[in-house]
Amino acid sequence: MSNPIFIALIPILPLTCFLLLGLFGRKHFSTTGGIIGTLSLFISTILSFATAYQYFFQTGKINGVYQKIIVFKYTWLEFAPNLSIDMGILLDPITVMMLVVVSFVSLMVHVFSLGYMKGETRFATYYAFLSLFTFSMLGLILSSNIFQIYLFWELVGVSSFLLIGFYFEKPSAVAASKKAFIVTRFADLGFLIGILILAFYAHTLDFGILIERLSVISSPYLTAINAASFLGMSALSWGLILVFIGGAGKSAMFPLHIWLPDAMEGPTPVSALIHAATMVVAGVFLVARLFPIFALSDPGALQVVMYTGAFSAFFAAVIACTQTDIKRVLAYSTMSQIGYMMFALGVSKYSGEEGLGYMGSMFHLFTHAFFKSLLFLGAGSVIHFVHSNEMKDMGGLRKLMPITHISFLIACLAIAGIPPFAGFFSKEEILMAAFESNRLIYVVALITSGLTAFYMFRLYYSIFWSKDASVNNHHGEGTISMKIPLILLAILAIGSGLVPIASFVTADGLPITSHVPISFSVLPVSLALLGILLATRLFKNSNDLPVRISQQMGGLYTAASRKFYIDEVYLFVTKKILFNLIGKPAAWFDKHIVDGLMNLLANSTAKVSELIKGFQSGKVQDYALYFFGGIASLIILFIYLWQ
Amino acid sequence: MNEVPLTHILFLSTALFFIGAYGLFTRRNMITMLMAIELMLNSVNINFVAFNKYLYADKLDGIFFSIFIITIAAAEAAVAIAIIINLYRSHHSIDVEDATELKY
Amino acid sequence: MSAAAIFFYLIAAFILGTGILAVTTRKIFRASIWLLFSLIGIAALYFWLKLEFLAAVQIIVYVGGIVVLIIFSIFLTIKSGDEMQKPLLVRSIFSALAVVFGAAFIMRLLQKYPFKLNTGKPFELKVNDIGTQMLDTKNFGYLLPFELISMLLLAAMIGCIVIAIKHKEPENNLPNQTI
Repeated sequence: MSNPIFIALIPILPLTCFLLLGLFGRKHFSTTGGIIGTLSLFISTILSFATAYQYFFQTGKINGVYQKIIVFKYTWLEFAPNLSIDMGILLDPITVMMLVVVSFVSLMVHVFSLGYMKGETRFATYYAFLSLFTFSMLGLILSSNIFQIYLFWELVGVSSFLLIGFYFEKPSAVAASKKAFIVTRFADLGFLIGILILAFYAHTLDFGILIERLSVISSPYLTAINAASFLGMSALSWGLILVFIGGAGKSAMFPLHIWLPDAMEGPTPVSALIHAATMVVAGVFLVARLFPIFALSDPGALQVVMYTGAFSAFFAAVIACTQTDIKRVLAYSTMSQIGYMMFALGVSKYSGEEGLGYMGSMFHLFTHAFFKSLLFLGAGSVIHFVHSNEMKDMGGLRKLMPITHISFLIACLAIAGIPPFAGFFSKEEILMAAFESNRLIYVVALITSGLTAFYMFRLYYSIFWSKDASVNNHHGEGTISMKIPLILLAILAIGSGLVPIASFVTADGLPITSHVPISFSVLPVSLALLGILLATRLFKNSNDLPVRISQQMGGLYTAASRKFYIDEVYLFVTKKILFNLIGKPAAWFDKHIVDGLMNLLANSTAKVSELIKGFQSGKVQDYALYFFGGIASLIILFIYLWQ
Repeated sequence: MNEVPLTHILFLSTALFFIGAYGLFTRRNMITMLMAIELMLNSVNINFVAFNKYLYADKLDGIFFSIFIITIAAAEAAVAIAIIINLYRSHHSIDVEDATELKY
Repeated sequence: MSAAAIFFYLIAAFILGTGILAVTTRKIFRASIWLLFSLIGIAALYFWLKLEFLAAVQIIVYVGGIVVLIIFSIFLTIKSGDEMQKPLLVRSIFSALAVVFGAAFIMRLLQKYPFKLNTGKPFELKVNDIGTQMLDTKNFGYLLPFELISMLLLAAMIGCIVIAIKHKEPENNLPNQTI
């Protein structure tokens, strides 16, 4: 694929699908829209795999180092001779890996939705939105320019808004989509300011040149940006932290995580695509993209990334233990796993073996995409069967839904980090990197992985074991289109851990060999098994032990189940402080002073006209008098006053 | 001729003109306004012939102007009466205060 | 003061007096008669100025034509016996002030101006001269204005008829319509 057309076709196919289904879907493609969407994405996936094969095994490596390849570049908007926004396609190890992940998971979601959304009236619109999202995400990954990534970032936000609010008759869905969009948009403000700071000092918007100018020690741009400081931090730190804030918003890091649980109002395949595998990892992707600057020039900003990620991971795990809606459990689980990816980047350094954290983070991104989307699709299958999201309506479904049961179990084992499933390998890399850099983070990560195993198996037992099934098997487990993705993803959840990512995706392009000793893995795995055992004791057969324990924990349990009241804090700040102190005076000013000025002008004009209109009396003699007066004054003027 | 200075005749014509102007501004009836206009035209006639006789005795231009003015005044009075009759038909009154269609 | 001067002042007083009465009286028929007298006074003035031809034209056209026309129009429109309404007081005062001011102003201007009176042969009006000059095409001839005024009179005549004509009422029954 040295021909850039094929690579450009990867995002363009979903785009054309979006336009086709969006404009003509309702009338012409109301039943065939799904097939068209799935077919176009299938072609994109094949092209992605071909690109990956070509990059990793044929053209990507020069002298043993994987290169950034600019496939094409088109100058779109030129501000100054050396500052322009170019639209281009950049190929990079992480880009190609993400291409494979995004297109494959999206394909699975498309196939699953053929069965899940059957009978939906707005079937073609759903697929149009899915195609728009896939296009935006693929465009985001392939961007070669930081402004282009911002453009696609916003597009991803918009598509997420459309998809979360898909059932727009439900007010909760509308509120959730608004919340997601507003929170991420607010974070994107930071992103934009960060872009502007970095671009101002580096005099470029292109990724390759930007990284080169700001990460090489001897670069004059780097000295300039380090010299400029504001409120105690150098401009480089400000720029990087602001960019990270943008990424934190999209990746639901604390405290910008509030939108992710509410975003579960959307259809479940949407949650699988967006909030498990693709959009939420955009923040991680961004930090990884700018990683050389973070690691080589500003370790302080990297510390911020690390602490945020670690705290979010732990925080989300605690809350997930108390939630009763299965999708919310999975949402907090996602937040926790993304926290893992973030702090893995945070503890990493750049070159060679020290870049283990980076590699681990990308590896975890790869495996997490598969088992998390599997978990969500499985949950979708269960919800489709039981017609409810709450754990109390489920139970004992293992006999009624065998395929879902087995694939869900595989995914839970993967996320808990039990060998030889996929999650074990990626988590071990991360824990190793944390162990080597920062013991505190290592301990937090260890405790969090124990909690992960616990709440995931709590979820598993509540759905498939705890009591006898209260629904009867009236319409079967689901169509074949719902079962195939589950099977395929389950295979990947087992097998993707064995892919040697370390020799492909690393921070500096050189392959590294990972060597996690067996003795190191004993502690995490045994913690995970402990969590599983605890969950089995408490939840496998229904008993009142969980209730008694939660009552004994009292306030802590209530706070955790109420998500630590973060939403209430946000609401308080917005309503009481922002609206009252800023919104209301601004509105008063606008209504009385700005509008008042306009009204004053209009009213005074009207008054003046009212006063003069008497001159137009319609009477000839009045006019004659005015005429005479005018002539008299002109005569006097010209005879006596004109010099 | 030289018994009365030119300025006295001119005073007469001026006074007649402004009497006509007063009538034009004050009268409510269209026909009386027309009468006032005739007075003004006559004052102009007096002016012309006075200037001709006192200043330019070898020419006859003033007389000619006066003759023409008389003619035109006749034509104009006829047209004015026609308009007044037309207006009377639509308003049934020749009060000039009733014809205020151009009012704001 | 010679007799000619006395006559002039008498005629002038007559003209102005009847003029004032013409514009101030409240009965319309009387106003037209006062106008008649004023115009006769002006004819007398022309006679005094030894412009007999012009005086004759004045009497024939103005007095015999226009005033008669005015009287006819009075009869056609309003009841001539009634009194007319007085104008608004504000209007009378304003107009009087304006008129007095205008008259005073112009009279002052006239007084100041040095007129160059004719010192050559005195003025004589011969109808023969009027005739030849009027039909002359060069040397201050007034043939063109003469023709134009003839056209104007024709146009005025036709115009008056067109303006004042009474239109017949349209018939009430419409022609047969095919549906």
